[in-house]
Amino acid sequence: MPGQTPSQTVGPFFSEALTPAEAGAGAPGWCLAAEDAPGAAICIRGMLLDGAGDPVCDGMVEIWQADAEGRFPDGTGSFPGFGRSATDEAGEFRFRTIKPGPVSPGSAPHISAAVFARGMLNHAFTRIYFSDESAANARDAVLLAVEPERRETLIAHKEKDGAEPAYRFTIRLQGEAETVFFDA
Amino acid sequence: MSEGRKLNPRDWRTQPDQAHAAYKSTRLRSQRQPLVPLAEAHTELAAPVFGDGAVAAADSDLTRNAVRNGEPIGERIVVAGRLLDEGGIPIPRALVELWQANAAGRYAHAQDMHDAPLDPNFLGTGRTLTDERGRYRFVTVRPGAYPWLNHHNAWRPAHIHFSVFGTAFAQRLVTQMYFPGDPLLGLDPIFNSTADPHARRRLVSAFSQGLTEPQRALGYEFNIVLRGPLATPMED
Repeated sequence: MPGQTPSQTVGPFFSEALTPAEAGAGAPGWCLAAEDAPGAAICIRGMLLDGAGDPVCDGMVEIWQADAEGRFPDGTGSFPGFGRSATDEAGEFRFRTIKPGPVSPGSAPHISAAVFARGMLNHAFTRIYFSDESAANARDAVLLAVEPERRETLIAHKEKDGAEPAYRFTIRLQGEAETVFFDA
Repeated sequence: MSEGRKLNPRDWRTQPDQAHAAYKSTRLRSQRQPLVPLAEAHTELAAPVFGDGAVAAADSDLTRNAVRNGEPIGERIVVAGRLLDEGGIPIPRALVELWQANAAGRYAHAQDMHDAPLDPNFLGTGRTLTDERGRYRFVTVRPGAYPWLNHHNAWRPAHIHFSVFGTAFAQRLVTQMYFPGDPLLGLDPIFNSTADPHARRRLVSAFSQGLTEPQRALGYEFNIVLRGPLATPMED
């Protein structure tokens, strides 16, 4: 039985390969939701911060999620379910996507995220939940298994209502309010 | 996604420590809180599916995919291997992406300040899908070693970055491939961030006469093993 290949850091020079400015059709990028995608389009923005509270300007966030009906895309439809955003000089990442539906009875809508950066030897898995789903969040098994005082780190906060709501989700790699990362 | 689908856990003996003092950038970017087990992992046990639209045939030949006025400078090589899970089962139709410095040790990246020449005919990025038997193959040039600022006279051994997907998002892996016999390996804090020497050796490609093409390119084999297999939990 072969053993697992060790992870290694993504390093500082991944962007030409993984998050090119002009991603070709079919290549993953920050915009998962075309204009005609079924479901409610949302915007998620946030900062990636290090243990000193400084922005991480050379990181990358990947997201993976179900569609509006809670189904995982199988590559045949227009919604890929997967996206990537490099952080900019302010440490900001952004996505335009569809608000996911619940993937199983009792689970709250969420997006799985993997965080990569120079100085991270393993990527870190977290989840993005939504501040306007408090009733569902209160029943979600993954959130309930997290210490109550740390659950807040998994909630994206609605900062703009309207036709295309915007949420803010801060990722802290280290420090007092370190984001909850999962042994996924 | 079927209920009860389960993935072998990440084997932390084979993986690097997140905080590795010799690699300075880990100081403020490594996690201090223990990882929290996922109570349910429907989302992490599913994975994106990349079709042929995600790659073009030319994307796997880095000696041709950025040509402007000639061939890239350097020693042409073939890098090929298989994407497997721990049970040895090949993972077909998986996206494999790579990026690397050019033969002089310089990345085509705005932030790379190394005083070495850029190559107008080499971008250093490629992507492909594994075939039905989990195989992938790239043609590229052997990357150069390059200095970095981690410590006095620090040099990264020649390496190629790999990014791969499995059939579960939890299998996601980004790693680096090295070359056999490189004297810099023993000095490199990133390579040595995995304590287990057997696991570290899996990061070093093997020269392969079978992959070597006469009059054309040396061949290196690099197999990548993702956690798994996906198993249905035993009742006990």
